[in-house]
Amino acid sequence: MERFAGLLDSLLLTPSRNGKLELIASYLRETPDPDRGWALAALTGAIDFPVIKASTVRGLMADRVDPVLWSLSRDFVGDTAETASLLWPEPQAARNEPPPTLGEVVTILSRATRASAPIVLSSLLDQFDTAGRYALIKFATGALRIGISARLAKVAFAQAFGVPVDDVEEYWHGQQPPYSDLFAWAIGTAPAPRTDQLPLFRPFMLAHPLEDLTIDLTDYVAEWKWDGIRVQIVNVGGDTRVYSRGGDEISISFPEIAGALNIPAVLDGELLVRGTVQGGEAGGAASFNALQQRLGRKAVSKAMLNEAPAFVRLYDLLILDGEDLRELPWSERRRRLEGLMPQLDPERFDLSQIIAVKDMDALGEIRAVARDSAIEGVMLKHRQSPYVAGRRAGLWYKWKREPLLIDCVLMYAQRGSGKRSSFYSDFTFGCWNGDPDAGAELLPVGKAYFGFTDEELRFLDRHVRQHTVAKYGPVRETDRSLVFEVAFDSVHISKRHKSGVAMRFPRIHRIRQDKPAHEAERLETLRALIT
Amino acid sequence: MAGCFTWIKADPMGIRIVPADAWIDPSRPVERALITHGHADHARGGHGTPLATAQTLAIMAVRYGVARGTQVAEYHDPIAIGGGVTATFLPAGHVLGSAQILLEHAGERVIITGDYKRSPDPTCAPFAVTPCDLFITEATFGLPVFRHPPIRDEITKLLAARAANQDRCVLVGAYALGKAQRLIAELRAAGWNEPIYLHGAMETMCRLYETLGIDLGDLRPVAGVPKAALAGAIVICPPSALNDRWSRRLPDPLTAMASGWMRVRQRVRQRGVELPLVISDHADWEELTSTICEVNPAEIWVTHGREEALLRWCELNQRKARALALTGYEDEDE
Ligand SMILES: [Zn+2]
Ligand SMILES: [Zn+2]
Repeated sequence: MERFAGLLDSLLLTPSRNGKLELIASYLRETPDPDRGWALAALTGAIDFPVIKASTVRGLMADRVDPVLWSLSRDFVGDTAETASLLWPEPQAARNEPPPTLGEVVTILSRATRASAPIVLSSLLDQFDTAGRYALIKFATGALRIGISARLAKVAFAQAFGVPVDDVEEYWHGQQPPYSDLFAWAIGTAPAPRTDQLPLFRPFMLAHPLEDLTIDLTDYVAEWKWDGIRVQIVNVGGDTRVYSRGGDEISISFPEIAGALNIPAVLDGELLVRGTVQGGEAGGAASFNALQQRLGRKAVSKAMLNEAPAFVRLYDLLILDGEDLRELPWSERRRRLEGLMPQLDPERFDLSQIIAVKDMDALGEIRAVARDSAIEGVMLKHRQSPYVAGRRAGLWYKWKREPLLIDCVLMYAQRGSGKRSSFYSDFTFGCWNGDPDAGAELLPVGKAYFGFTDEELRFLDRHVRQHTVAKYGPVRETDRSLVFEVAFDSVHISKRHKSGVAMRFPRIHRIRQDKPAHEAERLETLRALIT
Repeated sequence: MAGCFTWIKADPMGIRIVPADAWIDPSRPVERALITHGHADHARGGHGTPLATAQTLAIMAVRYGVARGTQVAEYHDPIAIGGGVTATFLPAGHVLGSAQILLEHAGERVIITGDYKRSPDPTCAPFAVTPCDLFITEATFGLPVFRHPPIRDEITKLLAARAANQDRCVLVGAYALGKAQRLIAELRAAGWNEPIYLHGAMETMCRLYETLGIDLGDLRPVAGVPKAALAGAIVICPPSALNDRWSRRLPDPLTAMASGWMRVRQRVRQRGVELPLVISDHADWEELTSTICEVNPAEIWVTHGREEALLRWCELNQRKARALALTGYEDEDE
């Protein structure tokens, strides 16, 4: 546990990606099984002790610290695990036995029941120092949040043992923590785990942003980028599963999709909900809002299946009848996908259409119009591209729509979490519900916590402190004097906001100190952008 | 005994002693100022006749030039400051020359702590616990999460990091007045007798400390020393220089920061340092609260810092307290 705690702390203090990779890689090389496997599970978010929750920790602390002092401390520190680790009373008696290893901690925690969880956790906490307590709580509650993606951990694994990261990704999904077979394969003491007979997630191929690149449409094909969620549908041995971007299984939320594929195949597409907004002519989809209703549900009612039926707009075909097509060029995979379509249920699957254009200028025009139909943008795929995991230069590009921009007024600020916990960094902003000179009011239209530089953050924090007119717990109301230019992707109707509108992906684009608040935008402008 | 302390007023620019027409640590120039210690947020230039300890006056003279008139306060020596008020400067244990100020008037005893700490510091006199009716305290680290470890542990960490990185140098960010000298004195006490290199901004204060009788051993300016000669060395700079262009002259510096804030990870990340050293010139939570118990005043006022938590503690312990919310005190680098 001491090594794992040291790893967490070093990772937090090492900003560079390469530095992080090296830290994880050397930890994986130098730590024995099964500890390194459990650490890897924690880093990739693959471990969970359901009886130990953040509320278990808060409960333990409530017995030991005054609630006001706890919340002031938590507010300052910005992290529950860290606050608890700092406030945990040091045991009176000296620790004479070495604290448990990560593997021993796993054994102890997995035996805990809902009833015994508090006592199990507290007696473990008594055995560690501050850093160990922090690591223990992070580990036990399964919420590391230290800025390490599962992908980074896998790259580090590949780097640690000199194996290809694509292989790691591929074998990963068939393995369970502490990944003994994976480590055995990586260090060369066992053969590669078999994956072809398992309904496994295959890592998605991703696109680079196009930015200023100009490309030749004789080599690339253009396709819509739909505003749903990217999914993979896998059918092996009669078992069908639906996976989302990170490889999380979401079959249970979309039983109509899982039930619709009965051919042994692996398909890549966009999950959408029937409606009239997206791609109306081709049998349309609803806006992203409608899809959101369906996400993360453990059970789906009949009514929901009727009201918001899901379907998948297919982009690609990875495996068919046990034949891995990923090495083939895109054009060949596309040909086979088109050939497969008649065998698929048309209610659940359709084909993402190719946009027939001759050059980028023509495509630019089509793309500009696409905003209204809530399409995220355009994909450009090299006709010869194999299907490879992750982003590979020169193969796929995404050409997103330009963001929309609007001037809003800062209304409320709240302290951030994590790195920004001691700064006011969550900003609620509003627009005027009429002519501000004729007594109109500001109504909140969105919340943003990114888009600014560290320097701008310090400016904003100072502004909030100097312009506070009221405090409501952690929230400060400002004097409504500062204008932001907010960038966002689209606007939707929202019942939760008094203004009746909500932005998608709002971020602070620019601070407009030059602009007086009464010149900020009115609600009607935003309403006109509703899709 | 305790009354209503109407002769002491908390004004946004400082604490005013009404009958004496004098101020404590005012943020703007005034005719008559009592200064607790030399940090720039407490000791400002331009006062008419500052009253402070000799060391504080010496620090102020280095920073602002010599004032028109000054008056030296000896520790424990009562001084009549007019209007029937007596002021006694008492050691605060914060930095060299730092003082709490005991004011007596109309049968009431009021102590203004300025900044203080209770943990030992070889570069200044220890905090003198003194009974009073009204205790006006700082609360820079007024949250129960702040527990400053023994400084020896942090010095051990620093020396271990140096030993493990012989081809690099350890660059420690430390506030130029007080923190830097304490760090150096503790390094000497731990047996580090090699030269310690200083950023230009640290030199004046270190020399002044030496003049005032604090031995800091072999100190050398880092300017002009070849890069290779600094491998394995300890270099001290102001926190602001840790990540700026200046540090490029050093051999792959391992950056460290000596501050009480280093107890909290997110603060460490904001600083971007590799080696956080929890070393503070201020009282931690335990010291703040136990000092109140020892002094046992009838009433507590909190000048600056995380006052909400300390007020809550007072409430839980049935102690009468209020926050003054004085502005102008910076505590970021302390
Ligand atoms: Zn100070
Ligand atoms: Zn101060």
